[in-house]
Order: sequence, then structure tokens, then C-alpha cells
Amino acid sequence: MKIDRRCFLSFAIGGAAGTALSPLPWKLTDDSSIWSQMWPWTPVPPDGESTYDHSTCTLCPGGCGITVRSIDGRAIKIEGRDGHPVNQGGICPLGLAGLQLLYGPTRVKAPLKRVGERGAGKWQRISWESAVAEIAETLAGLRSSGQAHTVAAISSRNRGTVAALMERFLTALGSPNFLRMPTMEDAQELGLYINQGILGSVGYDFENSDFVLSFGAGLIDGWGAPVRMFLAKSAWQDAGAKVVQIESRFSNTAAKADQWVNIRPGSEADLALGIAHVLVAEELYDTSFVGRHTADFDAFQAALADYTPDAVATTTGVSVETIAALAKAFAEAASPVAVYGRGKGQVPGSLKEVLAVTALNALVGNINQPGGMWAIPEGEGMPWPDIETDAVAAEGLQKPRIDGAGTGKFPNSRYLLNRLPAVLAEGSGYGLKALFIEDANPLYSLPDTVAMQAAFAQIPTIVSFASHMDETAAFADYILPNHVYLERYEDVVVTAGLNTRTIGLAQPIMAPLYNTQHVGDTLIQLAQAMDEPVAAAFPWEDYQTCLEESLGDNWDTLEEEGVWTDESFAADPEAGFETTSGDFEFVGDLGADVLTAATAAAEGDATAYPLLLVPYDIMRLVSSRVGAPPFMIKTVPDTILKGQDILVEINPQTAQAAGLADGKGASLETPRGRARVKVHLSEGIQPGVIAMARGLGHTAFDKYLADKGVNVNSLMGAVIDPVSGYDAVWGIRAKLMRA
Amino acid sequence: MSTVDEQAKVPDSPAGAETGAPPAEAADESSGSFIFLFFIIGFFAAAILGWVVFPKVLYSTQYQPIDFSHAEHVEMVDEGCESCHYLREDGSFSGVPTLAECIDCHEEINGDSEDERIFYEEYVAKDREVPWLVYSRQPDCVFFSHAAHIVGAEMECATCHGDIGESDSLKPYQENRITGYSRDIWGYNIAGFKRNTWDRMKMDDCSDCHQEAGGVAHSSSVQTQRGACFVCHK
Repeated sequence: MKIDRRCFLSFAIGGAAGTALSPLPWKLTDDSSIWSQMWPWTPVPPDGESTYDHSTCTLCPGGCGITVRSIDGRAIKIEGRDGHPVNQGGICPLGLAGLQLLYGPTRVKAPLKRVGERGAGKWQRISWESAVAEIAETLAGLRSSGQAHTVAAISSRNRGTVAALMERFLTALGSPNFLRMPTMEDAQELGLYINQGILGSVGYDFENSDFVLSFGAGLIDGWGAPVRMFLAKSAWQDAGAKVVQIESRFSNTAAKADQWVNIRPGSEADLALGIAHVLVAEELYDTSFVGRHTADFDAFQAALADYTPDAVATTTGVSVETIAALAKAFAEAASPVAVYGRGKGQVPGSLKEVLAVTALNALVGNINQPGGMWAIPEGEGMPWPDIETDAVAAEGLQKPRIDGAGTGKFPNSRYLLNRLPAVLAEGSGYGLKALFIEDANPLYSLPDTVAMQAAFAQIPTIVSFASHMDETAAFADYILPNHVYLERYEDVVVTAGLNTRTIGLAQPIMAPLYNTQHVGDTLIQLAQAMDEPVAAAFPWEDYQTCLEESLGDNWDTLEEEGVWTDESFAADPEAGFETTSGDFEFVGDLGADVLTAATAAAEGDATAYPLLLVPYDIMRLVSSRVGAPPFMIKTVPDTILKGQDILVEINPQTAQAAGLADGKGASLETPRGRARVKVHLSEGIQPGVIAMARGLGHTAFDKYLADKGVNVNSLMGAVIDPVSGYDAVWGIRAKLMRA
Repeated sequence: MSTVDEQAKVPDSPAGAETGAPPAEAADESSGSFIFLFFIIGFFAAAILGWVVFPKVLYSTQYQPIDFSHAEHVEMVDEGCESCHYLREDGSFSGVPTLAECIDCHEEINGDSEDERIFYEEYVAKDREVPWLVYSRQPDCVFFSHAAHIVGAEMECATCHGDIGESDSLKPYQENRITGYSRDIWGYNIAGFKRNTWDRMKMDDCSDCHQEAGGVAHSSSVQTQRGACFVCHK
């Protein structure tokens, strides 16, 4: 008797047989397959009741209606709202990715106070009470020392209750320094005021146009209300309308246009005047409109003398034949419209360009006509009681604005934030002691971020209301985080090229995730923490009360429908203009000089910097106050962003001259800065021009966005328009060297 | 080729013969019965392991946060199961009632049971959802529409869920340690045998109905058509 190896074998075989006849292997197989399909570490969203709520997107000026799907009150999907007057159910990539701004890691989760060096990212959490008390004390100190006017505020808009509360707060303190972030709407407003004497915004009846002459406007690259523009583009295609894109780069808009006119960058105004010259010389213009409704046609005609097709062809690089053909096609169309605002229209542009392009609309008589350019009056302000200013405030309000807008050289301009760096650097003004920043990221999105940061460094107290840790918030002293748009109420007054008067209502889809507070409430609390005259100007219990009161009769409509449109508004072609002459004025008091003056040139010496750097916009990136969420960054092609490197577009000829091959690294230098880039060769860009996408090169935000590529604004400076004071920059001289 | 073992044995074999090894037959006989015995031992050990020990090890027993009597509640409501487990307006199924739904009746303590007191103090008063353990929770990739079954096919709740509506207390919840799902999905019989339609909730149990209804191929069921996998597996 011996237990040998065979016994063990037998035991094992018996064990195997017993196992096979037991449920163990079969059950384990089943369980392990379920386990491997449902890795326990894969997050599974909790199930629950699904609801749909309507709101308004505030991420760009477009004001689209959105429908948010929530599960048990947790927002999980944003869709375009069907039947909404702006977007008709459509939505853009940013709107779609908005949830990442709600749940993303860069939210400011509580009020913060800076403890380290400015911009070093060292913060201390403080309570709302102490934040409000400390800032109120600072402001009270400024008021008592007669420096109320040294308080300024920057906002992305001047319409709606939040901006109005901000402006009211400054007025109550005694400061005239409410500043709006510059966009093409600045130039549009000024143009409208000069041409028609109307304070308001410019709208376009695109849906009824049959010929669109775009001077660099990125009609489907994010210009105006982007989703509305996409729908308009489809409508043009269906209706057989023609679109001509005048641009130095083969943008998406150019690619989808019926004709791409490749123009020397920055010479759009000259081309517009060249076309005007042909229209007038060949009597193609609407003599009836010009005769009945314009006041200074002779002065305008005289200004056109310099813009013969030959001269313009030399300046713009567009052939004489093309100029003539464009003029003819524009004049022959039933409802032609000319538009301006490069790319997304984030830089105001030169007044010459605005007046030149608008002159084309006037020459074909499509001002306030179907399919044309409409004046949308700004309407009345908030129905709030007047502020009873005390002596301190009255004295502060007597001071000129820090940016020089509305006085002296720039009597008709409203906000000139772009002049701030120069003013503060010169020390010519009175300087700023405190700055409030709401819904804006000027340290990223304005040209010449370097100078802007240097200007901010001189301001002792900077208070940001940012919801996310953006570049400007990172440089602030206090951050009083606002709710993100999906957590708050706000009336959104939509201009953005719409030819209607529209107000959308942003409504809280869910309860705030963090210890944030509505900026309106914060302003009311700040005011009420101060002395009587300031506190008395803010009698509301909270922002909600103020909002309901301010919207008056519209509140019910807005709460029910989510959007209000002025049904009674329609442009009246026969209505008189509100200029002193009562007619459309091509140049008004400015005289023909504004058109004959040389076009704003690019900064820099042509010998040292032989090339031109021109920024461009695409739908897949965000270059304004919002940081592009990860979903969007994923859609950016590797001809723009590869790994951490930005690619600039250059013509193969430019590349050959510089000895560069596709995808190779290069050093890009402008008078304002230097950056490492890679080059992407494209026939869709003129020789001698370098095109760089806006929206990259963030230093703030999360790892999906920060340190990717270069911020084109850090390589550019502001070019101040001599007449309007607005930033007219369209590019800067540059050189490209092999790295 | 020879194995290392065999090579090693070669020089030993003369020595082994000299010492007088036991006769080959005897050795075979004794080790033969041993071999069989070991087979039997191995067989039964494995069988016991698989049938008895394995299920005990595979599942951990957990208890619901508070006990709940379906029977008592069903008596008090008007619409049977659907009083609390209803279809929402959009057709999705509400599943286990939320705290807010419980509070509709339990705003205050209504009875004198200990469980209701705990429920009130721990959950209602603290506004905290009850972390119920759900016996019928399917993996997330399984798409199942209650509406299609209870409205479309007019099925009874009990066909899949059994007589839980008549139970006086909640049974212990047995969680599969590997998958994390309830034992009710596979069924309490470890071999997977079932007597009632509600004993198991695996895919085969779905197909019991979907493949044939009354002996006829269930042609109206999309689950039996081409590309049917994705009707349920999303």
C-alpha cells in the first residue's frame, strides 16, 4: 500500500470531474464575463427621473435657446431648443460641451482671497461675509479720500440687469468707468450713430438676402449668433443666394462661399471703397435711395476719387475685373447686403472699414429693407429709480473717463478698454485703484495681453467674479465666484447681428454645486454694506427680486416662454433717420477725410519683419472669456494643434523662402513677442502671410487647455483707430525662422 | 528521447532488483483501489466545493437599511404596485420610490413600528435618500423598458418579480462578490434551475418569452429579429 503519484493524479482527475459536474466553472465564467464587461471602476451615472428644462446659453453673445436634460435634477445633456427664434433647435460645439464648464475641474468653488504674489495661485478661502466686508471697506476708503472715480469695472456687455447693476454700482460710488470688452459691436454702434444717428445695434435680415458680400466676416466661423448664421447659410444655399467671402485666408466661410476673393490682409476697406467707386462711376447705385435719403453723397463721391479700380487693385491685390464684377453683381442683386467684422468679430476694426462697408449697403439702398442692414435701437434703460448721489459721488462722476471715451478726441465712442494699457503706462490719467471684472477675461482675449497685464499690475485691488479660474481671475486679489449659467437666472439681451429685439432668460437648471453666489446678489450685498447713498441705490432684497422688477411685464413671458421677442419691431425703410440732417450720412461730421485716410497699417518694420501675422477664428475653439472645454479641444485638427504645439498656416512659397517643411518647428517673432510654433503648409493662405488660430495658448484652466499652443494676442499689440479710438488691429508684422 | 527521470533510474535498477522489490502484481492491486478511492475523494470534494461551499463564498449577505412590509403598504394604497412603482410621463420607470415620494405619506411618523421611527429619524428628518439595495438591478448595459412590458404586453409585475408585493419583510440581499449584482439575477439555485418565471432574471429568462409565446415563435418581438442584440444591449 503506497500513496504514489498516480493517486494524486487520480485525485486531481476526480476533482476535475467533480468540478465539471458542479455549477462552479459555469457560474464563474458567467460572473467573470459580467465583471469584465462592467469594470467596477467604470463610472455609471445614476438612474433617475428625467426632466427637460429650457434656458438660454450665455457662453457667447448669440443667446441661443437651450433645452437641458436632467436626471434627478442633475444636468446631463444640453440640446438646442426647438422653435427658439435665434437657433431653431440648433446648437454649436461650445453650447453642447457646456456641461464640462459646469462640472469641470477649474470651477472656483468658494470666495477666494489672494495670499501669495499676484498670479502665483496662492489663495485662501474666505466667507462671503468677510469678502463683501473687506471689499466694501476698500471702496469706502476710496470714497472717503475722494478717489471714487478710480474704481472701474469691465464686463462683456452693457445690456441686461447684471451689467446695469454693475454700472449702477459704479455710478452710486461715483465712478464713470464702466468698461465693456471691445468687439465689432463697438464699431457697429459708432457707425450706426454716424450714419443714422441711432444709438443701438446693427441687425442683418440675412434670411432674406440674396447676395452676401462679406469683408472677412467668419459667417460660419462663429460670427454673430453662430447657430443662426449656420441656419442662414443653409437658407442661402436652398434659395440660391450668393455668398462672396473676401479674406486673405481660405477659411471655412471662404470654402463654403460661392466665391472667395483672396485679398491682401487689412485692405478690406479699400476694396469696399473700390467697389463703391465702380457703383458710383458706372451709376449702378440706387439713385432713388441715395437721392431721397442721403445727405452727404457729394462728399462721399469726392472721397471715392482716390479709389479707382486700378489704385485699389494695387492696394488689395484684387484684380480690376474682379472689383468690377463684384460691384455689378452686388448692384444687380435684389437684396444684397455687405457685412464686416473679421472672423468672430472680436476686434472692433477701423472706423474707415465700417463706414466703407456700410456705404455699400446705402449705395444699393438696402438700409432698413428686407434682406438688408437694419438699425435696432437700444431701447430704454432699466426702470429703476434715479440714484441720489452724494457730494462724493457727484465729484467722482464729474471726472473724465479713464479711457477717454466720450470726450476730447473720441467724443462718440462709448468704451475704450483697449486704450487702458497706454493710459496707465503713460500715467496721464488719474490711475485706477480698484477694478471689478465680470464675465470677461481681458488678460487672455484682448490683443497685447502683455501690456494689459502690466496695466493691471498697477491696480491695487482687482476683484473678479469669474466662475472659472481663468487668466484674469488668476491675477485678481479677490475672486467672488458667480454661479455658472446653468445655475443662475439672468436676462440675456441678444444683439449679435440679430434683426429682432430679443431677450432670453437663463434659468437655473440645477442647484449650485459649490459655494458660489450670483454676481447680482454680490453687488447688492456690496452696496448694502456701504454708506447710505450707495446702499440706497440698491433697495432690492436679492437679485431675483431685482430681475423680476426690472423685466416688468416681460417677466411672465420670459418665465413661461424663456424668450421674448419684440413682435412689433420691424425696420421701416421710409422712416426718417435721426441724424442732424434727418438723412443717412455717409461720413457725417467727420468729413471725407475719414475715408481718404490711409488704412490702419500693421505694427512693425517691414524690413525687420518681412511677413504678416494674422489671427483667425474657428468654430472649434473659443477665444473670448470662456475656455474651450475638453470636448472642443478634441475636435481641433492636427493641422492647428499637434500635441502641445500650435501650427501656423503658411503658403508653401513662404515656407520655401524660410527653408521650412510641413510640420517643422519654427520661431515666430513679432515686435511684441516671440513664440515657438510649427508650420502647416497650405495653398489657402497668401504668400507672406502667417495665420494663427485664436483660442489657444491659455496659461489658466485645466490640463486639457492650458499650455497648448500660443495665444496670438500675446504676439500682437493694439492699433488705435485715430478717429474712433477703437482697436483696429488686424495683424502684425512678423518673421519666421527655422528653429 | 528519454526524460531526466528515466535516465536517472537506469543505474538504479540493478540495485533495486537486488534488494527485492515487491511483486509487480501486488503493487498494482493495492494502488488500483487507492487510485479509485482518491478519484472518489477528489470528485466529492470538488462537488461539495462547487455545490455547497462556492455559493456561500460567492455571495455576501447584506441587510436593507430598514425593513419594509410590502404587504402592509399594498393594503393602504389604491393602485397596487403602481401606487409607488409607476411609469413616469416620459415612459421611463420610477423604480424604487425616492425619499420625496415616501414623504408624501410619511411627513410625520404614522405608526409605532421601530423601522418607521428609524426611517423618519435617519432619512426623513435628515433629508437623506434611503440607500435601498435593489434585488432586480441589471447591469448598466442592459436596456429594459418597463412600459413595453407592463403596458404593451400587459404583463403582471409578479411574472418577473414574484410575490414580493405580499411579503411582510425584506429578505437579506445577497451580493455577488465578483459582479456586484444581486443573487436574484442568477437565481437562488446555484445550478440555475428555476421553477417559477420570477426565479431568475438572466438573458435566457428574457428569451424564454421572447423566443416563443405559447409554442409559437414570437414574431412580433423585435428581440428575435436580425440585429436584435442591440435592442437590449446598449
